[in-house]
Amino acid sequence: MIILDLLLLNILVLCAIAAIRVRDLLSAVIIFSAYSLLMAIIWLQLGSPDVAITEAAVGAGVTTMLFIATISKTRRYE
Amino acid sequence: MYKEEILILRVVVRFMMPFIQIYGCYIIVSGHLGPGGGFAGGTIVAASMILYALTFDVDRALDKVPHKHATMLESLGGIWFMSCGIVGLLLGGNFLANGQIGVPLGTPGRLLSGGLVPVIYFGVGIKVAMTIMSLYFSLVEEDR
Repeated sequence: MIILDLLLLNILVLCAIAAIRVRDLLSAVIIFSAYSLLMAIIWLQLGSPDVAITEAAVGAGVTTMLFIATISKTRRYE
Repeated sequence: MYKEEILILRVVVRFMMPFIQIYGCYIIVSGHLGPGGGFAGGTIVAASMILYALTFDVDRALDKVPHKHATMLESLGGIWFMSCGIVGLLLGGNFLANGQIGVPLGTPGRLLSGGLVPVIYFGVGIKVAMTIMSLYFSLVEEDR
C-alpha cells in the first residue's frame, strides 16, 4: 500500500506542475480535474472518505464545469 | 455535423440522469450514518442538472428548474437551517441543540436516528444544490 501511496503522490505533483506550466487553458483545466480525482483517492487512502466524496464531487465535477463555462466566455490561449 | 455523436451523448445522459440523482439523494439521506452529507449530496444533484443543461440546452434545463424558483429554494434552505438552530434556543438549550432539549435520538445505526441531524442535512442539501445550479445559470445566461 505504501508503494501505491508514493505512486499517487508523485503523479499528483506532476499534475500540479503540468497544470501551471501548460499554455492551453482548456488543457490546464482538464489536468486540474485529474489532479482533483487523484487527490480524492489519496484522501480515501488517508482514511477520510467524507472529504474524498466532497473532493470528487466539487473539485472534479463542478469546479471543472465552471472553469470550462468561463473559458467559453473568454479566450482559450493565454 | 457530428449528429450521431450528439445522439449517443443524449441517449446516455437521458439514461444516467435518474441514477445520478438517486445517488445524490441517498448521500443526503444517509449522511448521518456514513460518509457524505448535505454538501456532497447536494453537489451531486446539482451536477446532474448541469449535465442536462450542457448536453441538451440551457433553455430546457431552465424549463425544469426556473432560475427564480432556484433562488427562492436557496433562501428557503438557509431559513430551514436557521430555524432548526433557533428551536434549540427557544426550548432552553444551545444553538442547534439536539439531545439536550429532549429530541428523540433513536437507535444508533438505524436510518431514523440522530435527532435533528437528518432534518438539518435535508435543508443543507436543498440549499447547496440550488446554489450551484443558480451559479451556473447566472454564469451562462449573462449575455442574453
